[in-house]
Amino acid sequence: MKFIKTVSLAIVGTALAIGGAAAQGKTVKIATEGAYAPWNFTGAGGKLEGFEIDLANDLCARMKIKCEMVAQDWDGIIPALNAKKYDAIMAGMSITDERKKVIDFSVSYANSPNGFLVAKSSPLAKMPGTGEAFSLNSQKEAAEKAIDAVKPVLKGKTIGVQGSTIHAAFADKYFKGTADVREYKTTEQHDLDLAAGRIDAVLADSTAIIGTLEKPEFKDYVMVGPSITGGMLGNGVGVGVRKGDVELKKGFDEAIRAAVADGTITKLSKKWFKIDIAPRS
Amino acid sequence: MDFEFMQETFLRLLSGVPLTLNLAFTSVAFGAVLAMLIALMRMSGVRVLEAFAKGYVFVFRGSPLLVQIFLIYYGLGQFRPTLQEWGLWSFFREPYWCAILALTLNTGAYASEIFRGGLQAVPAQQVEAARACGMSGFLLFRRITFPIALRQALPAYGSELILMVKATSLASIITMMEITGIAAKLISQTFRAVEVFIVAGAIYLILNFIITRLIMALEWWLSPHLRHPPVPKASVEAVHV
Repeated sequence: MKFIKTVSLAIVGTALAIGGAAAQGKTVKIATEGAYAPWNFTGAGGKLEGFEIDLANDLCARMKIKCEMVAQDWDGIIPALNAKKYDAIMAGMSITDERKKVIDFSVSYANSPNGFLVAKSSPLAKMPGTGEAFSLNSQKEAAEKAIDAVKPVLKGKTIGVQGSTIHAAFADKYFKGTADVREYKTTEQHDLDLAAGRIDAVLADSTAIIGTLEKPEFKDYVMVGPSITGGMLGNGVGVGVRKGDVELKKGFDEAIRAAVADGTITKLSKKWFKIDIAPRS
Repeated sequence: MDFEFMQETFLRLLSGVPLTLNLAFTSVAFGAVLAMLIALMRMSGVRVLEAFAKGYVFVFRGSPLLVQIFLIYYGLGQFRPTLQEWGLWSFFREPYWCAILALTLNTGAYASEIFRGGLQAVPAQQVEAARACGMSGFLLFRRITFPIALRQALPAYGSELILMVKATSLASIITMMEITGIAAKLISQTFRAVEVFIVAGAIYLILNFIITRLIMALEWWLSPHLRHPPVPKASVEAVHV
């Protein structure tokens, strides 16, 4: 009995020591998906790479903390944060009201609109609103009109989205009943199915689509449709932290503001996305 | 625990039950036929057939179902032009049929071994007795070997049915919205993984509970020789004598 007690005390003690070290901000574990190129992906050598990995390194250096990136499946990424498997999320996650009910976000470090990826030969390639940009915050009516204009073209078609994303929620709200919406675990999977011809269009973030279009097997595909931001599509991409983790949130807020101000985010954005998606302050 | 939320979740997850059962029973139906063929090939004594059956069981029992589903759906999706040429694309285009195919091939491998066990456990005396009565070939198989083998294989096959109901949850990775697919969607909307999975788990338990009862009832029905004979009503008989 005594032996068991001693052992369990030792285990609890070790756990407390480890927990304490993390609380002191020595190593902050940041989760990313690792399957969302060019935001974050697993490179040829099995290492995590991408815009957010570079950015995380920069932000952690500014905050003078040691960071460790870990890969986590997208659909469990928020529950696992709250289960304290890691301390922060940097995975192209948009700041939405729904998510804010369960976790906190830093200020945004990127803001990119959505788009449709379709084959050049498809009738969907002539989707109305291509090249136009709307915000569901400031131009709600115009944005919804643009969405309505897209509906007749999508009638009876099949759209692929990644599950648990703002795009899945967006498709559910605006295209349910018009088109057949299929949910995939990763963007790579709906890209594969688009190439296979099982679905007619992919609805995703424009940056992810740009990443896909760079692959040679997608040379006959094109991004179309109106660029929509705001509203249920969220207010930019931010670092997710547990509710009440005020210090870590503050640290990220300050580091992100500094990185936006000195042009670091613009530089990294151009490196990975070819366009500037730094938030405009 | 928020019971109101769990009740709501339960009702929403119930809408996935028809697809779950559809996937399980359609693939079990095809799989049983396939398994019987494979088991007979395995016991045929013809070398080529035996080798084929062995290889098939080795591949589909030895590799994870998840990998099989992925390969059939995403893997074959890359060979669209060839499949179109062969006229098979309309089949492989649909996630439903890909899921059915993967589940059928998988259960075919497992169940063929169960059937083989059942067939080999048929007592030699029974077969000899049947031969003594002049039965042979297909008649012997249909009247004696097959029914006895079926009865022997039933408990193990019941487990296979339950495994299949649970295996359908993997179809959610190819966009099928069965119970697990809907659960994943609910979690993404509410972020309450624990409650949603508890309810989803409970639904699978209920389904499998019903299946185990059905299998037990079938076993009882097929084993009259193991039950106590009904007590004869002596008085009535006596009158007639």
